[in-house]
Amino acid sequence: MLRDVTFGQYFPMDSFIHKLDPRFKILLTFGLIIVAFVSFNFYSLGLVAAFAVLIMILSGVPVKFYLKSIKPILIFVLITAVLNIFYISGETLLVEFWIVKIYLEGIIRAAFVAVRIVLLIIISSALTYTTSPTSLTDAIENLLKPISKLGVDTHSFAMMMTIALRFIPTLIEETDKIMSAQKARGADMETGSLMQKIKAVLPILIPLLVSSFRRARELADAMECRCYHGGEGRTRLKVLHASYRDAIALISSFILLSLVILLNILF
Amino acid sequence: MSVIRTENLNYVYSQGTPFKKAAITDVNINIEKGDFIGIIGHTGSGKSTLVQHFNGLLKPTSGKVYFNEEDVLSDPKKLRELRFKVGLVFQYPEYQLFDETVESDIGFGPKNMGLSDDEISQRVLEAAKIVGLSEELLKKSPFDLSGGEKRRAALAGVLAMKPEVLVLDEPTAGLDPYGRDMILDQICEYRKQTGATVLLVSHSMEDVARVAEKVLVMNGGRVEMFDTVEKVFSRGDELSKIGLNVPHITQIFMKLKAKGVKVSEGVFTMDKAVNELIALFEKEGKNA
Repeated sequence: MLRDVTFGQYFPMDSFIHKLDPRFKILLTFGLIIVAFVSFNFYSLGLVAAFAVLIMILSGVPVKFYLKSIKPILIFVLITAVLNIFYISGETLLVEFWIVKIYLEGIIRAAFVAVRIVLLIIISSALTYTTSPTSLTDAIENLLKPISKLGVDTHSFAMMMTIALRFIPTLIEETDKIMSAQKARGADMETGSLMQKIKAVLPILIPLLVSSFRRARELADAMECRCYHGGEGRTRLKVLHASYRDAIALISSFILLSLVILLNILF
Repeated sequence: MSVIRTENLNYVYSQGTPFKKAAITDVNINIEKGDFIGIIGHTGSGKSTLVQHFNGLLKPTSGKVYFNEEDVLSDPKKLRELRFKVGLVFQYPEYQLFDETVESDIGFGPKNMGLSDDEISQRVLEAAKIVGLSEELLKKSPFDLSGGEKRRAALAGVLAMKPEVLVLDEPTAGLDPYGRDMILDQICEYRKQTGATVLLVSHSMEDVARVAEKVLVMNGGRVEMFDTVEKVFSRGDELSKIGLNVPHITQIFMKLKAKGVKVSEGVFTMDKAVNELIALFEKEGKNA
């Protein structure tokens, strides 16, 4: 069912990772992803993987949920890996038939790419699992502040993101409800030709669209009633603070980065 | 004759995740053909979850649901047919309207049944008549109707399938008293015309007392009581223990009785209350 969508879902808990300043978390996430992509051998990549596992454990979110977030992109990982196997040529020829040549280098390369993508998903899932959508957008707004000096309306951008994220669960629930209602009237979404299937989506799509517009209007009214007028002079209920935890996270990330560079050079 | 029967019905939401939550537990009920049952209970007591099992929208975590003594999940192909026989009107059904005209929207169900065009338009007219929508309104877009009209159009969309069992989840929520009476009358009218079994999920004790014959009380996912209106509403103390209540008019009459006024118990509707008071005044008048 639609309810089971997990990617990007916040998992309320009280772990070390949860308590990190979201601004640092975003920066460190990007940092870690970059580190994962500059790891050129198995030693350094293994180190990054170990670090990712450490984050997974520290976050307190059941490992099952990380696996769930990997599942949807598994096919993508496989396709990339397979393409790598076939396209990379090297010195050690393993199999040759017809025009296909598989080299040992290709297989190694494929494993590398697969591990990197999985790490990327795990690291970014750790961010979204441990950071509520609101603090995420708060952090983004905060990080984008320098750009607002150039006349870009970063506040509106962040607010739009907050609202969009906020309404994802609502829309999922709404879709579920409308689907059930149309099924109760005998709507058939599983069988039939492609054209019929496309047509079968309309009874769900139209009410969903209509109610999205209604919700948007209601929300705009509610915001106006509370005198919302954009970002200027607006203070926050929760002010972001960096703490000793962020220092620990930052220092350990730098250690990781230096070790990865070291391992890259050594091997 | 039993039309819907459940056997040790259990349903657990998000089974196998940390969010898992039992919605209904050990429900064993037997609904007779032609019954008019009010289903009451708190928000989250499992009323809506229970009724969605009757047309196979939800599949029990364990236990069985029988329609006309046949397991509803025995043949997945028959599931769609079942949904035409057990018509379910959801909460705020006006949000499911989608078609270009009210007419074609009401005809969505019958069309899915594979009926002929003549039969469909015949049924649409009949259903529209029951819910009091004029032919002029049928040509309009459903999005141009008023809130009450939309609600009635959505109700007609289910009635047009001529279900043997009509299940309504809070059909009067958010309507004014006039709109509420209208919807309830229309449901009764449909039942009179077709002899259908009706299940009415409601928060309003007044609504249930007015139209239903039996009451099913849900509490914390379990069936607390299932009996005639008289018997259930005579257990006012137990009802208030689980945070429910008897109709206001019944409360007034219970207090009157406690004060020594000679009125009978079991007054659930305004009509009955009026009769009761007239009888009382006539008697008092003679004595004076």
